[in-house]
Amino acid sequence: MTKTNSEEWIRQVLFKGGIPLLTFGIFLLIWSRASAGIQTNLGQVPGPGQVVEQVKSLAYEHMNERQKAVEFYKTQKERNAKKLSEDPSAQVKVRKYTGKPTYLDQIGTSLRTVFTGFLIASVVAVPLGILCGLNRTVMTALNPLIQIFKPVSPVAWLPIVTMVVSAVYAVPKDWLPKSYVISSITVSLCCLWPSLINTSIGVSSLDKDYINVGRVLKLGFFAKVFKIVLPASMPYVFAGLRISLGVGWIVLIASEMLAQNPGLGKFIWDEFQNGSSQSLARIMVAVFTIGLIGFALDRVMLFFQKLASFGTEQRA
Amino acid sequence: MAFLELEDVSKSYGQGRDRIEVLHGIDLEVEEGEFVAVLGFSGTGKTTLVSLIGGLIRPDRGSVRLNGKEVLNPGPHCGFVFQNYSLLPWLSARKNIDLVVDHLFKDWTKSKRRDHVDRYLEMVHLSAAAEKKPRELSGGMRQRVSVARALAMNPQMLLLDEPLGALDAITRASLQAEISKIWSRDRKTVVLVTNDIDEAILLADRIVPLTPGPRATLGPIFTVSLPRPRTRAEFNEDPVYKRLRNDITKYFLSFRHGTRDTEADIRLPNIRPLEMAVR
Amino acid sequence: MNPNLEIPQKYLRPYLHFSDLTKEFQTAGGDPFVAVDHFELRVAKEEFVSIIGHSGCGKSTVLMIVAGLESFTRGGVFLDNRLVDGAAPDRGVVFQSPSLFPWMTSFENVMLGVRQVYPHASASQRRDLCCYYLTRVGLGSAIHQRASSLSGGMKQRVNLARAFALKPKLLLLDEPFGMLDSLTRAELQEVLLEVWNTEKITAVMITHDVDEALFLSDRVVMMTSGPRAKVGGVLDIDFPRPRKKEEVIERSDYYKKRGVLIDFLEGGRSKGPGVPARLALSGTRTFLNGVAEDA
Repeated sequence: MTKTNSEEWIRQVLFKGGIPLLTFGIFLLIWSRASAGIQTNLGQVPGPGQVVEQVKSLAYEHMNERQKAVEFYKTQKERNAKKLSEDPSAQVKVRKYTGKPTYLDQIGTSLRTVFTGFLIASVVAVPLGILCGLNRTVMTALNPLIQIFKPVSPVAWLPIVTMVVSAVYAVPKDWLPKSYVISSITVSLCCLWPSLINTSIGVSSLDKDYINVGRVLKLGFFAKVFKIVLPASMPYVFAGLRISLGVGWIVLIASEMLAQNPGLGKFIWDEFQNGSSQSLARIMVAVFTIGLIGFALDRVMLFFQKLASFGTEQRA
Repeated sequence: MAFLELEDVSKSYGQGRDRIEVLHGIDLEVEEGEFVAVLGFSGTGKTTLVSLIGGLIRPDRGSVRLNGKEVLNPGPHCGFVFQNYSLLPWLSARKNIDLVVDHLFKDWTKSKRRDHVDRYLEMVHLSAAAEKKPRELSGGMRQRVSVARALAMNPQMLLLDEPLGALDAITRASLQAEISKIWSRDRKTVVLVTNDIDEAILLADRIVPLTPGPRATLGPIFTVSLPRPRTRAEFNEDPVYKRLRNDITKYFLSFRHGTRDTEADIRLPNIRPLEMAVR
Repeated sequence: MNPNLEIPQKYLRPYLHFSDLTKEFQTAGGDPFVAVDHFELRVAKEEFVSIIGHSGCGKSTVLMIVAGLESFTRGGVFLDNRLVDGAAPDRGVVFQSPSLFPWMTSFENVMLGVRQVYPHASASQRRDLCCYYLTRVGLGSAIHQRASSLSGGMKQRVNLARAFALKPKLLLLDEPFGMLDSLTRAELQEVLLEVWNTEKITAVMITHDVDEALFLSDRVVMMTSGPRAKVGGVLDIDFPRPRKKEEVIERSDYYKKRGVLIDFLEGGRSKGPGVPARLALSGTRTFLNGVAEDA
């Protein structure tokens, strides 16, 4: 690196890193001042200090639970071994540890649920979007439905989805609880639309010359779609997927609250019902967690979106 | 000392390893009242050169001097006409010019300013369309408003950056004739940047080619000794025009990449394409 | 006007025949918009014809019709005695915008068409074909470079290679070098001419650049402005081949012919009523607005 290069690099770091840090510091200051003044019926509004405390508490609880689970399985194993050694034909019960899910477990559940919903939505939205973009009749046919269902909030979908799932999936399996299914489906219903719309826009705004090349070469329908249409509209598709995932993450929390899926949404709901002195702080921890995870998800999708764009041009 | 002087002007962009020297060692002298055309191709740094002369950017090396003083900032001393008109779309043609005139000539009376604007609208034959908004005007008319606006500033010199590039052939031809006429009246100092050889020959006193980049510099000067007023129709008969045009064309052709690896070592397979059944 | 105008031998049964071609566009309520009206032109085999005219006069429409990418209302276009109906690789098209697929390399872009058109050839033959034409257009060192990283000029070279590799019966070029600067344009004109000279393909090119038309073509067709665009005149370019740009511009008749074309474009003749179909058949004399002139 030349001298100007390293100078420039330092300047960039100070600018891109320093200013946000400064802003965040100011935010923390304002928060701790403001929270000191407000009293709710759950106690004083927690400041940054209390929130950090709760982070530690949750982490501690998680490790505690894990430890208890390990011990439970150990004792169970020992008990069963003893029983078998006394009487080889005895019936041994292997019970699962029924402790409550820890904070990290809940994060895991949320992530799994959102990805399931997102995948279902994408698998439906992208091919449909391609068809809409390619064929004006299909687009005109589907557009009214899209426009009507797009603005519906997950809260409105939930009762319907719950009823339908309860009827169709009457005997839930252990590894696929009903709440999980309900939450995933609600998420996919809401995050279907950005992918669908963006894909169809991308496909329909395809450079006409690309299609013409396909026509001159007399490519078949599937060859046209897979060799020309899909690769060319990748930037739009990925932009839509990125937006969809963002929407899905927001929708997830609400649907978890209502469907009681053991994720972050349920965590917030339980804390709120709980009404202990630490509840508000814990809820705030959840808020920050949700925000940070959402941010991380977005960055990951942005990375894939950049990969899909052909270097020079970046659309959407 | 010439009216406009560029001395050893160089400009680079980029950092470190990606640093590209766009212009290198540009020397140019333009006398007052002269019409000089800089002829070059897209991407060679023409816009950079115009921006340097007008003070929009500063050179990394060398200096730009107007009337002896170094040009450090843009200002009313230099009237710009760009390729994309840059008219404010929510103002009428007249108001676009008013904007500039009201700002620069604050100490004039209102009627003096109005007469001033009227004069230039008349000069570009747009008096009738003065109250129209840019979107109601054709490309050629918008460009005329741009020219009127630049002239209304009473600048010391005019900088035209491929002003007619976005217009069709007929409009281009008629605007070239108009620019020629307007210039003959005022005899302002003009630097025109273009990639159209015929436009340069029609309008300029001297033609200076810009060599292909990077590190573009100015080539040998071609003097246009054709008498004014010049019309395109006469050109085809005039041996001086033909000679000049051919010389400039050949100068640029000399920059073609000499060797192309077209030696196909690969033998062409002797196959015919499948007869595709016509639908 | 001589009613007993003789049609030269080579145009009697032309390889490409635009026969009384008319194209109307339906407007939303009202009379149809007649873009092209009774367009009549005959092109002999291995001839290089340019079409010049103002923007929006219907030149591209005519080209798209013969390419099979646009429908027509009346008349028709006959290639090798067959009516053109739909697009096919026997009419190779070089578009103005670099219509290369940026996610593929130069090689893959050419291979896409080659695979379609030579299914009976072996993989190595197809590979050789792609590499051959890419080398002929001067891209030997960029064969496996991603199309998105190529410059505009290089992209158009790939376009040319792609078109030539399909060995079409007819090469159609729609202002192929319009987006490039004059220097790259001059280089590519030479590349085009060089490959065309050896491949001997009938070609129809649309251009705005009068000098380009003079340098490349055997005949230049002047199209009147739309609507109802038709042939306004035909200019014979009998410069000997092979041609070099520096020599061509020094010819004594170069500027005279150039004047004819510029006059047509800028002198308002392009708005004239056009040449009656019969007179546009031959190309040996220049016809402007029905009056024969010697160029």
